[in-house]
Amino acid sequence: MREGALLEARGLTKLYGPHVGCADVSFDLFPGEVLAIVGESGSGKSTLLSVLSTEMEPSDGAVSYRMRDGAVESLFDLDEARRRVLMRTDWGFIRQDAAQGLRMRVSAGGNVGERLMAVGQRHYGKIRASAEDWLARVEIDVARIDDKPTTFSGGMRQRLQIARNLVTHPRLVLMDEPTSGLDVSVQARLLDLIRGLVAELGLAVIIVTHDLAVARLLSHRIMVMRHGRVIETGLTDQVLDDPHEPYTQLLVSSVLAA
Amino acid sequence: MSAETTIETAGAPRGAADAATGYNFAYLDEQTKRMIRRAILKGIAIPGYQVPFASREMPMPYGWGTGGVQVTASVIGPDDVLKVIDQGSDDTTNAVSIRKFFARTAGVATTTHTAEATMIQTRHRIPEAPLREGQILVYQVPIPEPLRLLEPRETETRTLHALAEYGVMHVKLYEDIAQHGHIAKTYDYPVEVNGRYVMAPSPTPKFDNPKMEMSPALQLFGAGREQRIYAVPPYTRVRSLDFEDHPFTIQRFAEPCALCAATGVYLDEVVLDDRGGRMFVCSDSDHCEERRAAGHRGTMLAGAAGTENDHA
Ligand SMILES: Nc1ncnc2c1ncn2[C@@H]1O[C@H](COP(=O)(O)OP(=O)(O)OP(=O)(O)O)[C@@H](O)[C@H]1O
Ligand SMILES: [Mg+2]
Repeated sequence: MREGALLEARGLTKLYGPHVGCADVSFDLFPGEVLAIVGESGSGKSTLLSVLSTEMEPSDGAVSYRMRDGAVESLFDLDEARRRVLMRTDWGFIRQDAAQGLRMRVSAGGNVGERLMAVGQRHYGKIRASAEDWLARVEIDVARIDDKPTTFSGGMRQRLQIARNLVTHPRLVLMDEPTSGLDVSVQARLLDLIRGLVAELGLAVIIVTHDLAVARLLSHRIMVMRHGRVIETGLTDQVLDDPHEPYTQLLVSSVLAA
Repeated sequence: MSAETTIETAGAPRGAADAATGYNFAYLDEQTKRMIRRAILKGIAIPGYQVPFASREMPMPYGWGTGGVQVTASVIGPDDVLKVIDQGSDDTTNAVSIRKFFARTAGVATTTHTAEATMIQTRHRIPEAPLREGQILVYQVPIPEPLRLLEPRETETRTLHALAEYGVMHVKLYEDIAQHGHIAKTYDYPVEVNGRYVMAPSPTPKFDNPKMEMSPALQLFGAGREQRIYAVPPYTRVRSLDFEDHPFTIQRFAEPCALCAATGVYLDEVVLDDRGGRMFVCSDSDHCEERRAAGHRGTMLAGAAGTENDHA
């Protein structure tokens, strides 16, 4: 693995039967770096994220990750227990559909506190104080702490997901279309919040989006996918201002509807 | 547990069970008992772990404790003395019919006295009198999975147990405190067994949880409909889940038993009339009777001979 890298993906391929989900995807990710994965519908973005999160095993390829103690581990060689601990402490996953990322029948405080309890915190007062702190940080009125996410708006649910994930101070957060389906003004506020937290906490982020404006606002680097393959990659501003691939040029000129 | 051979040979001379009823000793056939005993042994070897078993049809509906009955049938021997309680009472329809069932099919002696029993089958309560080595307490369990309400997927609950990922149990307790200011769960209060598996104690009041801890008796749990058996071997740590700042506590009762003046026992409220009259009496009827036999008198029996306070 490259000196200082946090994560390294090599030759990641996921086949659905004969069908290509993603093929031969390789990249490095450094601490604090935000990588956007863009591409039209069906290009393999979600597939890649599912493989990276170890929710799906790749058909081929490997992912290495630098643990907090500095040791480099191959994700798919970790036993399930260690992998799950890693996922709920050092990683986060913000889902497009908040109902999949939250416990909808558990209060906001319980949602935020869950990871703390999972890693063994057993002091109600401290767990609640952390939950309050995180609700405030994601701009949810602390008075709503005992309300269930079913009573929250779409934007609030996404912010609650963020709080729930960040409470254990992960170093890497995966996001799948976190702002899609939200009103433009709600989107803008959420993006501002994410950008602030990423900078403040030095988070590494892999964000899937088909909205190039989101990629432009949040990411340092960008990976353009088509038919499951990475066709162009580089610094976000360079790729968006001066795309080399004809497909990327079409994407940027908004000729292709994402 | 008696060895199989003991059961077979010793069961025969009594004759009553086989000859009179046409059933095998204690109703179940020997092969089924062996299968259930294997599940029990596995449960004892892994305290608190739910062992799947092939539950058999029993001549009673599921709600009547078929899991407990199958466990009892598999470990009972002809020399055992059986007590059956429902809530704390030996006299409910459920308790009486299970007791009769084993008296008929196994020809065993039955008793209502905790101290005399070698096996006690229970729904809801653990007797007040301390259990001793050699006794077996069999619980009838409706829902064996403590994670069920939070995680309906069976594959997922199995993984959570396998990896000892029990954070979600505390989420439930957290929700209780957030909503009610305290942990509101009073029955089937989850416990951690031997520092490893989280277990549902069946619908016993949490009042009885401390009695499970380091009990000299063997505790067996049978869930018939859900086809699970689990166990707490003698002298095993059983810790009720809680928070450091909201420690587990048991129910306390303001007054002593109105009949036997016992304190520190679990009391049932009994309505006396339609004008709000009521009294609190021992839920464990055997315990209450023995105390009265020993001369203890509560307020309802005051005036009768041997009142608690008349030893002046
Ligand atoms: N479970 C599956 N079984 C079979 N094929 C699948 C499955 N999931 C995805 N695919 C296929 O794999 C390819 C990549 O799909 P994926 O969902 O990763 O795309 P995406 O880039 O996330 O698209 P979108 O922007 O619509 O979310 C598509 O051709 C899709 O049809
Ligand atoms: Mg997708």
